[in-house]
Amino acid sequence: MAQITRDEVAHVARLARLLLTDEEIDTFTEQLGKVLDHARDVEALDVADVPPTAHPYPLVNVVRPDEEVPCLDRDVVLAGAPDTEGGLFRVPPVLGDAP
Amino acid sequence: MTAPAQSALDIAAEVRSGERPAGDVVDEHLAAIEAREHEIHAFNLVLADQAREAAVAIDRRVAAGEDPGPLAGVPVALKDNICTEGIPTTCSSRILEGWRPPYAATVVERLAEAGAIVIGKTNLDEFAMGSSTENSAFGPTRNPHDTTRVPGGSSGGSAAAVAAGFAGLALGSDTGGSIRQPAALCGVVGMKPTYGRVSRYGLVAFASSLDQIGPLSRSVADAAALYEAIAGHDPRDTTSIPERVGDVSAALAEGVAGLRVGVVTELCEAEGIQADVLARVRQAIDALEHAGAKVEDVSVPAVVYGLTAYYLINPAEASSNLARYDGVRYGLRVDAPTTGEMYDRTRTAGFGAEVERRIMLGTYALSAGYYDAFYGKAQRVRTLIIRDLDAAYERFDVLVGPTAPSTAFPFGAKTADPLTMYLNDVCTIPSNLSGHPAISVPFGAGDDGLPVGVQVMAPALGEATMFRAAAAIEAAAPGGGDDA
Repeated sequence: MAQITRDEVAHVARLARLLLTDEEIDTFTEQLGKVLDHARDVEALDVADVPPTAHPYPLVNVVRPDEEVPCLDRDVVLAGAPDTEGGLFRVPPVLGDAP
Repeated sequence: MTAPAQSALDIAAEVRSGERPAGDVVDEHLAAIEAREHEIHAFNLVLADQAREAAVAIDRRVAAGEDPGPLAGVPVALKDNICTEGIPTTCSSRILEGWRPPYAATVVERLAEAGAIVIGKTNLDEFAMGSSTENSAFGPTRNPHDTTRVPGGSSGGSAAAVAAGFAGLALGSDTGGSIRQPAALCGVVGMKPTYGRVSRYGLVAFASSLDQIGPLSRSVADAAALYEAIAGHDPRDTTSIPERVGDVSAALAEGVAGLRVGVVTELCEAEGIQADVLARVRQAIDALEHAGAKVEDVSVPAVVYGLTAYYLINPAEASSNLARYDGVRYGLRVDAPTTGEMYDRTRTAGFGAEVERRIMLGTYALSAGYYDAFYGKAQRVRTLIIRDLDAAYERFDVLVGPTAPSTAFPFGAKTADPLTMYLNDVCTIPSNLSGHPAISVPFGAGDDGLPVGVQVMAPALGEATMFRAAAAIEAAAPGGGDDA
């Protein structure tokens, strides 16, 4: 496992939609580096044949009958939104958003 | 420390018999809050009016000869990441400040059915990320035993509320020790149920394969009663366990004669465990042996990798779960000319440093090229830890060790380096990774006079046996931290 770089931290911040200052990028590079360094303790473990655990309890295919049940009232849900219009969530223009 | 030390079950018994009105109970607790909350800051919100109204309803039921529920009149403090309908639920984050959930968590409904009275919403590390409540956007909670020290976290407000007598009971959430560690540092009982035992419907998601709601209380019997009130299947949580919850309270008096107790070597020797904390743990283990338990040391080798597995899996799940805070559907929005910039500005303004750090770590661990090396490997190591614990439970009914490496530490002592803070969770993390139940029981004090917690762990659905061992430790405990 290579050391995390400043460029990678800046890239990850963009993926996570966080605006970090240069100083914050420096701090995170150092701090994430320390945590990932500690994670090197598992490097020597051969776990290729060990299945991964995503969930601690073996529940599969939890289904319910396909019947109509009451759900939250639309107006109640929209009341918590920063901006709404005509029963919908309203957002600023989407176009112009650089990738 | 002067605080109402009455057990929740005693309060409920007096209210149920009509001997003491629930209204008086609520008023006494509100008076305790009034007297000391300014120095403790256990609450983000005190619900005085709602609590008084609920008390009136309870007293009316008692007067009418109806059953007001097993926890009738007991004031309960709720961690502020548990949704209350129409009442602000902040997760101690700016990004949810002022948001009022459109529904209540299942546990809140079950508390009401049991006659318990919600008295307030308690402070936490932002989104439950932390071990000291220093990460709250609204300022830290102070330890009632020593206000220059942290209460632990992330359920620090709930632990402090119970320790200070602001509430008879509290609910917290435990993702890597967030109920048990603050319970240990505040000298109260804190329990994490088996994953899936208590519905997570209405608990704001942090790390979904690890999160579990559980009780904090001043006695083991109180914790068992609150656990019974909130546990059980809920069709609204797909990870909810269908099997019936047994009567764990009835098991408390069974004692520990013949119980096979394993002392986990790796947890007793973990990095940073204080000698005085370990001495108290050894004393509790001796007490179990004296009470008839068969005690032996046991090695659970893979738990030494718990911290690594946890601090990759937890941020990975957190980064996914917290993607929902985008300024569209609820909470904070910082205006911008385009939606993309609105996302960026909202999230940057709304999240504190530790939340950003976890999101960054998780996004990195899940990103292309690193997924297998970090997240994938952590999931496989998680399997190793579960296998080793399962092997130990073939020979032992319960496992014991310390809850936290140290007693309550001063503010700022562990904030400079995130890894130092993460090491607080080293003893509690294994039970979250395995989904097993675990409980912290106060057992005397360290050299500094501050409370020490002993942890009892059990296999999945082993709550009844775990509570039995906890009760035996409680019975032998040398008094609270202040008496030492």
